[in-house]
Amino acid sequence: MRQDDLYINKIDWVTILIYASLVIIGWFNIYAAVFDEQNAKSIFDLSINSGQQLVRIGAALIMILLIMVADYRLYENLSMILYVFFLILLVVTPFIGKEVNGQILTVGFGSVRIQPSEFAKFATALALAKYMERPSFDLSQVKYQLQALVIIMIPIVLIMLQPDTGTAMVFFAFFIMLYREGMPQKYYVLALTIIAISLFALGVENNLYLVFAIAAGVGFLIFLGKKKISRIISFVVIGLLMIAYVYSLDYVVSKLPQHQQNRIMVLFNPDLDPLGVGWNVTQSKIAIGSGGFLGKGYLEGTQTKFDFVPEQHTDFIFCTLGEEFGWAGSFIVILLFCTLLIRLVIMAERQKTRFSRVYGYCVISILLFHFMVNIAMTIGLFPVIGIPLPFFSYGGSSLWSFTILLFIFIKLDSHRIQMLGRMN
Amino acid sequence: MNEQRPITIIVVIVLIGVVLLTKLFMIQVLDDSFLKRAERNAVQRLVDHPYRGLVYDRTGKIMVYNNPIFDLMVIPKEFNVKDTTRFCEIFNIAKEDLIEKYTAARKYSSVKPSILIPQVSTTEFAKIQDYLIDYPGLFVTTRSVRSYPQASAANALGYIGEINARQLERDTVRYYRQGDFVGLSGLEGFYEKELRGIKGVKYKMVNVRGVDKGSFKDGDYDTASVAGRNLTSTIDLELQLYGEKLMEGKVGSVVAIEPKTGEILAMISAPTYDPNLLAGSKFGSNYGVLNKDEKMPLFNRPIMAMYPPGSIFKIVQSLIGLQMGVLTPNTTYACNRSLVACHNHPSPVNLFGAIRNSCNPYYHQAYRAMINQEVSRNTFKDTEIGLDKWRESVLLFGLGGPLGIDMYNEKGGSIPSSSYYDRIYGVGRWKYSTIYSLSIGQGEMMVTPLQMANLAAIFANKGYYYQPHLIKAIDGDHTKIKEEFRIRKEVGVDAHHFDLIQDAMAEAIYGTAARAAIPDITIAGKTGTAQNPQGEDHSVFVAFAPKEDPKIAIAVYVENAGWGGRAAASTASLMIEKYIKREVKRLGLEEYVIAGKFM
Repeated sequence: MRQDDLYINKIDWVTILIYASLVIIGWFNIYAAVFDEQNAKSIFDLSINSGQQLVRIGAALIMILLIMVADYRLYENLSMILYVFFLILLVVTPFIGKEVNGQILTVGFGSVRIQPSEFAKFATALALAKYMERPSFDLSQVKYQLQALVIIMIPIVLIMLQPDTGTAMVFFAFFIMLYREGMPQKYYVLALTIIAISLFALGVENNLYLVFAIAAGVGFLIFLGKKKISRIISFVVIGLLMIAYVYSLDYVVSKLPQHQQNRIMVLFNPDLDPLGVGWNVTQSKIAIGSGGFLGKGYLEGTQTKFDFVPEQHTDFIFCTLGEEFGWAGSFIVILLFCTLLIRLVIMAERQKTRFSRVYGYCVISILLFHFMVNIAMTIGLFPVIGIPLPFFSYGGSSLWSFTILLFIFIKLDSHRIQMLGRMN
Repeated sequence: MNEQRPITIIVVIVLIGVVLLTKLFMIQVLDDSFLKRAERNAVQRLVDHPYRGLVYDRTGKIMVYNNPIFDLMVIPKEFNVKDTTRFCEIFNIAKEDLIEKYTAARKYSSVKPSILIPQVSTTEFAKIQDYLIDYPGLFVTTRSVRSYPQASAANALGYIGEINARQLERDTVRYYRQGDFVGLSGLEGFYEKELRGIKGVKYKMVNVRGVDKGSFKDGDYDTASVAGRNLTSTIDLELQLYGEKLMEGKVGSVVAIEPKTGEILAMISAPTYDPNLLAGSKFGSNYGVLNKDEKMPLFNRPIMAMYPPGSIFKIVQSLIGLQMGVLTPNTTYACNRSLVACHNHPSPVNLFGAIRNSCNPYYHQAYRAMINQEVSRNTFKDTEIGLDKWRESVLLFGLGGPLGIDMYNEKGGSIPSSSYYDRIYGVGRWKYSTIYSLSIGQGEMMVTPLQMANLAAIFANKGYYYQPHLIKAIDGDHTKIKEEFRIRKEVGVDAHHFDLIQDAMAEAIYGTAARAAIPDITIAGKTGTAQNPQGEDHSVFVAFAPKEDPKIAIAVYVENAGWGGRAAASTASLMIEKYIKREVKRLGLEEYVIAGKFM
């Protein structure tokens, strides 16, 4: 049997099928988002977003083809070069890029423009995979933890400078991958505790209740465990730090730029400023909420069609789906995403090399973060940060970067038999 | 150590999916408030206002119609003029005006229409219509304003205006909305439900900027408006106009009724006003002026002004006396001026003579006979019993309470009862000498001009009347008017008693109101004088004609015009001539009446 046949037979068609479904559903939703009954144009019309997106989907197909026919070793060999290349591109973007809404995010010539921060995701993923493949790499050691952190933080800092906080936050998703690769659990417990306390501290009017809750929790833990002095002291110190954090949080939030403060506060009270900051979330919830169980029908959504929801073809594309296809449509799309993610976990786990597995988990990390945050923000569960819904949202850079990200892994997965490396 | 971590990650993925779907289920399926808010966002309810019903007179002439008014609208965003001078020429607008209006419209909204030129006339509209296509962003909207081609019968027709807070509150079925126009007085008010029609509703979709995006659900929920019903009035517009001409420069009322039906042929309230003044946008500024006018043109005198009936009431007294059996045609009393003042005439007189000469002492004595029939030994008690029994008979003549015309705010006048005097003087402390003024229609009794005209109709009909009304058909259907307008009401006096009355009234014309006589029409009439403590007495006259087959019964009040034989009788006579002959030949009398100014 020739080698080529071998890898084609190993291609994970389930993943490709889910990918194709999401792209097609997304494309129809982009058409719905811009559809105007009084000036109806064909979905293929290049003067509207759906036509444009079709061209980009075509380009994505070519990319997929190139990724699939290229040598699978290429990605591992190119990983560091790509990482450095996109870092340089991120550095120069503010100088050669084009300014839109006060942000300089894209570079390119004429109408072909790309957003380096989108592509930095898969480049960073490749770099992490390559770096972590080294035999000595062990995440239980602080030294290696810091090395991984540096690879992640460099693009974060560069993207923050653009500034594009939303995209920068995505890189924190790599901690999901690091968790799988053996990052000590205590970091995650600590991080989740801080997040939970933060949410409560911001959401609850009176911080005193939270202080009582922390004190009670610490007391309970001390009571349960061994009554060693050192242990009791460390618990008490942690408890006091938490309480200090609660009280400092209000101060920290008040020092944030106003628009970020608002985005956070709107999460707890969407009616705070319904025509201002709350507008996006309120209108988005109205659009989705008005969909009911089966939705209003394709192209029948009034909220999205009549521009009540801002950014509806990009970051708020889920509104169109929720309004026109209701809970049933939302259910199918969320089911597709969850299935895709679980499928990717299974695929990552069957890799024979650490490089492929780390890369696979990077893909999972990024997709999971985008999927969760994007939908959560449209229904008011998460502050509005402008990140797209993978495969769905309008825009070349996001579609291409997610496609490349996913298909490199599909390519690697199809060669898993041939790849012999060190596993641990 | 890391083996269970992939499982943890899968659990997290599933948990995230479950959390998102749960939240989605809450807002999409469980909570329907978002659906309502979405409709509030994007669906606009537009009321399609129906055409208000028209009003015709009894001969089919139009009295009230809806005059279309064209407003030239502009959508600033689409509006684009290259040659401003030419534009201003075509649309007949000054350049500064155009700039000012356009700037204001732009400020309001660049995508929603605003008025550029209000109330373009029909001729101007025809002129600009062809040019509209050359100017995008311009279009014409039509609305209608109540219009009165003859500017007549203002108080009878009434006016429409914006609904007020109290009316909105009373509207429990929530038909009206703030800003709706409703009939506020006269026929417009009384027949509001018939005239208003049924509102239609159109559901339009709008985008976030309020721009029209077509009908909601292809117009499935839209309803068309139904035009209001047309009313046919009982008014004879020609007669009405003639009466208004005669009453110019005077204060008073003319009410003419067709005796056989109760249909009001003319109802003039003087001074009057041009009803067009209260139509449309002019209402606001003109209402205040009219309302403050000390001559009170908005005061609907025929149904709201109250006067003592005066001598004319003697006819009612005669009829009740005859029916009671207290009087006979031969009952004779002396003209004893020690009882009450009178004027020079032969004495003693029988009933015929008493009516003809309007003899006050006769009625003083005849009324005493009616009231004190010695039912009780106690003269106080006897008077009380007599008064209430008499009052019952009087009420049957349509006095002492509203007749029930198809207009709101009709006053009923008053006929005092024993309890009325009890309140004033105390029980058992008043007797005939207290109330004798009633015998000659003075004292504590009040009537409206409408009630007086109705009395004339009763005299003409020999004992019955139909409730006077202003509308005889709705949408051409005579059976749709109120049932009660078609019920014959008896006054409880036998028809034969009226023969003597009619004869005396016909005779009286030559005695007290010679001017009222018309060649070859027999008029039966009676003068009266309503005492006016504030100044010159009011001139009153009631009549019906022709005596043989009465076609018109009329009451005329001219305030401050003195004795009834002059101004009032002449006016009534001219009205009768106009109605029966359709043409007035006695131009000298006409001139005399028009020249009389009693304001």
